[in-house]
Amino acid sequence: MNVVVCIKQVPDPNSPGQLDPSTHLLKRDGELVLDPGDEFGVEAGLQLVEKHGGQVTVVSMGPERGLDAVRKALAMGAAKGVLISDDSLRGSDALTTAKVLAAAIRKQDFDVVITATESTDGYTGVVPQMIAGLLDIPAVTFAKSVSVEGDKLTAQRQTETGIEVVEATLPVVLSVTAGVNEPRYPSLKGIMGAKQKPLDRPGPADLNLEDVGGASTGQRITAIDSAPERAAGEIIKDEGEAAKRIVDFLADKKVI
Amino acid sequence: MTVLEPRHAEELPEIRQAVAELCSRFGGSYWRDLEPDSYPERFVRELTAQGWLGILIPEQYGGAGLGITAASVVLEEINSQGGNAAACHAQMYTMGTVLRHGSDTQKQRWLPQIADGTVRLQAFGVTEPTAGSDTTAITTSAERIAGGWRLRGQKAFTSRAQHSDLMLLIARTTPLAEVSRRRDGLSVFLVDLRQAGLQMTIRPMRTLMNHATTEVFLDGLEVGDEALIGEVGEGFGYILDGMNAERILIAAECVGDGHWFVRTAAAYASNREAFGRAIGANQGVQFPIARAYAAVEAADLMRWQAAALFDAGQRCGAEANMAKLLASEASWQAANACLDTHGGWGFAAEYDVERKFRETRLYLNAPVTNNLVLAFLGQNVLGMPRSYGG
Repeated sequence: MNVVVCIKQVPDPNSPGQLDPSTHLLKRDGELVLDPGDEFGVEAGLQLVEKHGGQVTVVSMGPERGLDAVRKALAMGAAKGVLISDDSLRGSDALTTAKVLAAAIRKQDFDVVITATESTDGYTGVVPQMIAGLLDIPAVTFAKSVSVEGDKLTAQRQTETGIEVVEATLPVVLSVTAGVNEPRYPSLKGIMGAKQKPLDRPGPADLNLEDVGGASTGQRITAIDSAPERAAGEIIKDEGEAAKRIVDFLADKKVI
Repeated sequence: MTVLEPRHAEELPEIRQAVAELCSRFGGSYWRDLEPDSYPERFVRELTAQGWLGILIPEQYGGAGLGITAASVVLEEINSQGGNAAACHAQMYTMGTVLRHGSDTQKQRWLPQIADGTVRLQAFGVTEPTAGSDTTAITTSAERIAGGWRLRGQKAFTSRAQHSDLMLLIARTTPLAEVSRRRDGLSVFLVDLRQAGLQMTIRPMRTLMNHATTEVFLDGLEVGDEALIGEVGEGFGYILDGMNAERILIAAECVGDGHWFVRTAAAYASNREAFGRAIGANQGVQFPIARAYAAVEAADLMRWQAAALFDAGQRCGAEANMAKLLASEASWQAANACLDTHGGWGFAAEYDVERKFRETRLYLNAPVTNNLVLAFLGQNVLGMPRSYGG
């Protein structure tokens, strides 16, 4: 069974991100890391191939520095990396990103395409479904556990009201939530071995993609605003019924 | 001095990040809860499983075959993340004596098992109750018997002996009175602790910090010929061969500690308020931290230089010794700045400052006291008269 995992390099979530006021794009001049959400995806892919055979290929679109994120996934155990890096793709919106990734995925041998539910910088959360649409295969999203038997994938899917169990016939796009597993960290042998692993660097032309990014993108960011200040919380003074009021509050918010 | 490019420069950031990630799963409470005398077994197992402790073992024996620079980054990062590399650093480098001076049979037998962690070689019996820095004064003896050697004597401060399968041991095969040079007549043995019966006793020693150190009593322990490393009587030279590597690795641990102290102190100074402002706004608090930072960074440059020279196969005795001296002093300076910054909270266990403070204090005295480092510099580098020894 072969798995493609889509990954992205993002500004380190531990340091607050900033938008460039002139381009409205995220500043990427600080520390960049493999999106922590994608580590769950890579781990899920590795666990599937460890159980069923086959190999994991990681696919990423992004600037040249994104190689570091690809290399980390290779060090974790992925067999092959694909990085699509081209100036014409700067500022791509979600649909363009999905088109590029789908084109690269089509060139791979795959049964499952794994993504995170959303990136930890753009947060659009629509790329997985778009990839599934472009590849014309089912999308199983927000999986918190996954198993495969024969050509059938079963996932437990987290929803607001409980857990749905979803089955789909391979090939599928699967988005996984944080907590689906505990991602491994690269071992020393993994890091040293990553250098010998194949790395593809196709350009848009190699993927038969012309005019997909930048200015021709279908979406424009017209303005950016600071997030509204968070409203002050409610302070409950205990006059004998604080516990009940807190329970009511949590129930109202559907937390419990 | 021209600053050299480190070996494996490209991999170093990845190595650092991977070790940091591993360490992030062993936070301050993990290390605190081990106090006063539990061994970080789970941490060491994980580090071994991921290959980090086999980093210096050549690839042909199952290790990664990297250099001292890369190895030093691993140990530095453990300490920089709040852990204590002293718990396991010896598994990395004690095997060097076997690698450099052991027979092919010994290397093939032990190195692959040390690399994959099935065998731990992280105890080195050198110091004795009456012989510390003057190693040649040891009295532990190895007497020739048919097919092997009989060991008698007592070692002190043999760290991790209770968490090691093998122990490297230095013993006199010729008494001091019968050798022309004090350094002659010492031999190195690789003792299988798992097979040592009642002729050996290991007793834990409680010390200032959690260091798993012990006393080892050898009461006629017999070992076979295959336990001898290299030539009879040449052991002292074998030990000296490993000194520069050890000095560089220890310097890196100090640098890691120094960075932890400076980071922790700066964060606390920026957040803790007294008299209506952050205490770090006071120069009396801020400047000692800044000065300690400068000292750590300067020592770190000497460490990189020593490591690069070592990996290039060049002479590095002066640089390795200076790196250990400067880094241990810098980390101690940073430790004091950090403790002062925290005031009373620095003494509270939950902040980890007092634990790290105790742990980093050791480096001024061990594995070599800084006075011996100064003696080396004064005599061997600057050509001044010998200041110690007979």
